[in-house]
Amino acid sequence: MNEATLRNFTINFGPQHPAAHGVLRLVLELDGEVVERVDPHIGLLHRGTEKLIEYKTYLQALPYFDRLDYVAPMNQEHAFSLATERLLGIHVPRRAQLIRVLYCEIGRLLSHLLNVTTQAMDVGALTPPLWGFEEREKLMVFYERASGARMHANYFRTGGVHQDLPPQLLDDIWNFCDPFLQVCDDIEGLLTDNRIFKQRNVGIAVVKLEDAWNWGFSGVMVRGSGAAWDLRKAQPYECYSEFDFDIPVGKNGDCYDRYCIRMEEMRQSVRIMKQCLEKLRLPEGQGPVSVPDNKIVPPRREVMKRSMEALIHHFKLYTEGFRVPAGEVYAAVEAPKGEFGVYLIADGTNRPYKCKIRAPSFAHLQAMDFLTRGHMLADVSAIIGSLDIVFGEIDR
Amino acid sequence: MGVESSVAQNLPETATLDLLLATFEEDVQEISSPQGDATAVVLPGGLKRIMEFLKDDARTRFNLLVDITAVDYLGRKPRFDVVYHLLSLSAKRRLRIKVRVEESNPEIDSMTSLWGSANWLEREVWDMFGIRFTGHPNLKRILMYEEFQGHPLRKDYPVNKRQPLIGPKN
Repeated sequence: MNEATLRNFTINFGPQHPAAHGVLRLVLELDGEVVERVDPHIGLLHRGTEKLIEYKTYLQALPYFDRLDYVAPMNQEHAFSLATERLLGIHVPRRAQLIRVLYCEIGRLLSHLLNVTTQAMDVGALTPPLWGFEEREKLMVFYERASGARMHANYFRTGGVHQDLPPQLLDDIWNFCDPFLQVCDDIEGLLTDNRIFKQRNVGIAVVKLEDAWNWGFSGVMVRGSGAAWDLRKAQPYECYSEFDFDIPVGKNGDCYDRYCIRMEEMRQSVRIMKQCLEKLRLPEGQGPVSVPDNKIVPPRREVMKRSMEALIHHFKLYTEGFRVPAGEVYAAVEAPKGEFGVYLIADGTNRPYKCKIRAPSFAHLQAMDFLTRGHMLADVSAIIGSLDIVFGEIDR
Repeated sequence: MGVESSVAQNLPETATLDLLLATFEEDVQEISSPQGDATAVVLPGGLKRIMEFLKDDARTRFNLLVDITAVDYLGRKPRFDVVYHLLSLSAKRRLRIKVRVEESNPEIDSMTSLWGSANWLEREVWDMFGIRFTGHPNLKRILMYEEFQGHPLRKDYPVNKRQPLIGPKN
């Protein structure tokens, strides 16, 4: 045969492919069924979030963070709130910290449930998403009962949280916890020892630890490769240092290990949630849910009806916003997908001068070519599934 | 309490700054720790050497390049800051490196040979701010489309400006 007739086959994957987890377009160069090169094309969901934030007050900038990783919205708000609070030099009351931790862990459940079950769907299992989404629905109701919105909560405000939780909600979250562990067992029963699931995931996209550092991985992507790196333990923020939980760590750094870690992290999250709920019921857990400074947090409505001062504060806060002293800060949280960071520069006005969002998925997707090279075409969807990417935060 | 703990974790980072100042006296312009985040401003010429040192030296070992971004200080000379965020996992430390870049020739060395993660991050800085990276293997737009005119995160790019492919013409 003439050599000139042999050439690699290039196919286009997405941006409308159900296994692309959003609007990802991959250009795949194939040699037979083996992937030789992957070229991810991103930016299809770019909304100019960072530019828009520069033209909004701090209060108006917060809801944009719900729309980054829309699978776990409050974890993103948390990073931005921590950044502004550090610039303002304010300390969040204890009850607000506990509520934040509680809802961050709910966010982790939301994200991991979606990821684990859709990863299973990417390799052909249809039942896990149905079971997982039933639980996500319950968690979104908890979001709704706290903030009024199922997804775009806008609940973690600078200086605390928007409103206190009703006592009944605490009981309902408590009652959710133990049955949820049973659901985790059920989902694991479908997948963990499943022959097809293991064939599709074990030994696929193995990440060695030095590669993980080189590519800027964080979160489950490094824990899968054997590093017990978790910002909640390594650089504790909020009140994570007083909670008792374990960091699951993988051995082989393949897709299967990452799946197992996500399953175990959900159980650990439930552990944290239960400790949170206990602490929220103790006398020390009572009190205000935001700082008393009405220059940052709006006054209560009943106070506004009697106090002119409060009314002025309310008006100024919602028209002009609050001013943040000049400075710069990098605040990072352990979001479900990895290290989510906000680099915030304030110039002393009521709007951020610059807000850079460091999205974990961005770094993870970047390594797609490295991870996929030499694997089969069918493994591409398994690898995307285990990367846990969301385009809201990649494209920003 | 959350605020206190996040500041406390950054305290020993001044040690890195002192080391940096002692080793690269002529390349380090200034050191500071705003909000407890250790920050060093370095000259573009020495950036590559300093980054290699920070990554490989046993005393620093900043093995993770977390983020690259730029800041446009319109009206200041030099106009841009390119900001690198580094993380050392062994020491649990963070470090911020800044480089001042001129508007007339916005170009600095690429870090792609040191960290793979620099690739897309530098493409994003090129896309959003128009700063070129010497030695980058594939410096093209990443979030915007190829035909896009200008660099949207520059302060002189209007926030409501429209361009043909994504909306009606201005």
